[in-house]
Amino acid sequence: MSVAQAVKLAKVNVFPMYPITPATHIAEEISKMVANGEINTEVITVESEHSALSAAMGSIASGARTFTTTSSQGLALMFEILPIISGNRLPMVMAVANRALSAPINIWNDHSDAVSCRDQGWIQLWVESSQEALDATIQAFKISEDLSVQLPVMVNLDGFTLSHVFEPVDVPEQKKVDSFLPEFAPVNILDPKNPKTFGPIAFPNVYMEFRKDLDDAMLASEAVIEKANKDFAKIFNRSYGDGLLDLYKMEDAEFAIIGMGSLCGTARSVIDKLRKEKKKVGLIRLRTLRPFPKARLLKACKNLKALAVIDRHVSYGFEGPLLTDVRSAFFEEKKRPFINGFIAGLGGRDITEQHLQKALELAMQEKQGEWLF
Amino acid sequence: MVVLTINGLEEFEGFASGHNACSGCLEALVLRHVIKASGPNTIAVSATGCMEVISTGFPQTSWQIPWIHSAFENASAVASGIDAALKALGKRENVNIIVFGGDGATFDIGFQSLSGAMERGHKFLYIVTDNEAYANTGVQRSSATFPFANTTTTPAGKKSSGKLEPKKPLDLIMAAHGIPYIATATPANALDISRKVKKALSINAPTLLHVLSPCVKSWGYAGPNGVDLARLAIQTRVFPLMEIEKGVLTFTQKVEKQNARPVEEYLMPQNRFKHLTPDLTRKIQEYVNARYEFLESIEGKKAFDVLY
Repeated sequence: MSVAQAVKLAKVNVFPMYPITPATHIAEEISKMVANGEINTEVITVESEHSALSAAMGSIASGARTFTTTSSQGLALMFEILPIISGNRLPMVMAVANRALSAPINIWNDHSDAVSCRDQGWIQLWVESSQEALDATIQAFKISEDLSVQLPVMVNLDGFTLSHVFEPVDVPEQKKVDSFLPEFAPVNILDPKNPKTFGPIAFPNVYMEFRKDLDDAMLASEAVIEKANKDFAKIFNRSYGDGLLDLYKMEDAEFAIIGMGSLCGTARSVIDKLRKEKKKVGLIRLRTLRPFPKARLLKACKNLKALAVIDRHVSYGFEGPLLTDVRSAFFEEKKRPFINGFIAGLGGRDITEQHLQKALELAMQEKQGEWLF
Repeated sequence: MVVLTINGLEEFEGFASGHNACSGCLEALVLRHVIKASGPNTIAVSATGCMEVISTGFPQTSWQIPWIHSAFENASAVASGIDAALKALGKRENVNIIVFGGDGATFDIGFQSLSGAMERGHKFLYIVTDNEAYANTGVQRSSATFPFANTTTTPAGKKSSGKLEPKKPLDLIMAAHGIPYIATATPANALDISRKVKKALSINAPTLLHVLSPCVKSWGYAGPNGVDLARLAIQTRVFPLMEIEKGVLTFTQKVEKQNARPVEEYLMPQNRFKHLTPDLTRKIQEYVNARYEFLESIEGKKAFDVLY
């Protein structure tokens, strides 16, 4: 519902949608607002997620602010269109209520759907609360539509844990949102008065240049994400770390956990508990998987002795993908913390305080990570 | 320079020459005639295929109207998004949306998104340029491939006579969707294409024009003969020229059985049929007769419910 409120506040023009658990609540809520005349959004009830993202592409290219939402198998079906939207530099926002991938079929939360789509040129924001889901969705449009970025943004919220939860949320005033997020003003659109070609074929002599531009834009988005977070704070008095990393009790921490999404709420309790025992522990909540804020991470960890990485996904045959990213970030550092990785919370398995405390303790003892069943 | 134009065709050119289509490509000719008829206030969507490849090698483009390409199977969904966006922005009036898809993109991989867009009643004209194979990837079989045609995935050999299944009846399937206008055409008659495109675009609903597009590469004929083959397809009753308007089928050019030319005349000039025995040719004649007789049986009647 909080995401639907953000869609309303962002004055989304077009919402192509296909229902899938646990993202359906968002679609139902937007449909209700349209039915009651609260918003003027054109809803397209397409026949598949593949068509949802394809219709989104046609819509953005026509100059309409566009939003869609999905989960799990739906995101997998959309996969083909993910790099086509980013490759054409079309800004849009998609909320993903993260859910495990089949098989066995499972409707509950983990991060395998979105993390599997990591390398397709979409900025990935990962939120911790319903309030952040709302705020991040509004910020996502601002980031996506920035002329130095022009990339689609995926707002990831944990399925059920965040998509089906009731908690009080502060809904910003429309006027304030309007001052934060101006009307969508794309440079290139499908316009008979100024005809342009979208989606041409690029031969080997130019394809790499297109991809380099995309990579540059993704890297440049780091500053834009930070600015969106700052500007948002000025108007709404709320911010999320520096926009990319959300640090908790890291100032003097020697040991830390890094993870994404709602598990960080549980991690905060663990940190508080261990702090009472005078242990110098902290939390790094990664808010953007891509762009990956490497320099910020290194800076945040400069006094760290050990870091436990929690992955809610596995790269089968190797390790958790976040562990790989984090280890890679530290590779060239002379002084680096001991890093271990944990696979946790697959297919809706609870991640408990005990799990995270164990992960921290194993990190403190410089022992290898494991699957936290 | 004196520019000669066929009386009745528009002078507007939205699809520039200089593209990379094969010499004698009729699909490109069809595109040109469709866009001439639709005029400059048109947004075109192409599915992946020959026409997208030959017309947009970056940094060049043949498209002098706004054009977008996404993927193979989703052109109808992209068009749905354009339709909704223009409505949302109050810019839908007086803009034509035309989708171009080959037979693979339409009969096969894009069939779901086409069906979905038709069911939702999006206003656009879908043009299927049907060359009866995946020509772009090297002439593989599609569900639009004509029976007994030799393709690279249904090669005629000692134990096989080519593609063994009938052609998917796309026009009738689309008519069963309840859309108000479906028509067929060939590049043998540019005026007929023009008239049908204009009629389709005047209707406030989804419409479809199925254009048989002889392909030099897939069909195997001498370059200049494509238009003759398209004409023969009509005269042999292989490709019925018709309109299904508000659920009623009418022949644009009806070919009575006694006036029909034998299918051999259409089949023989094409390499894809050179393996045919007299027995197989007879089977094709029977197949063609039966299909045409079925269409005759519903001619002039309200055969389909119209929902839009």
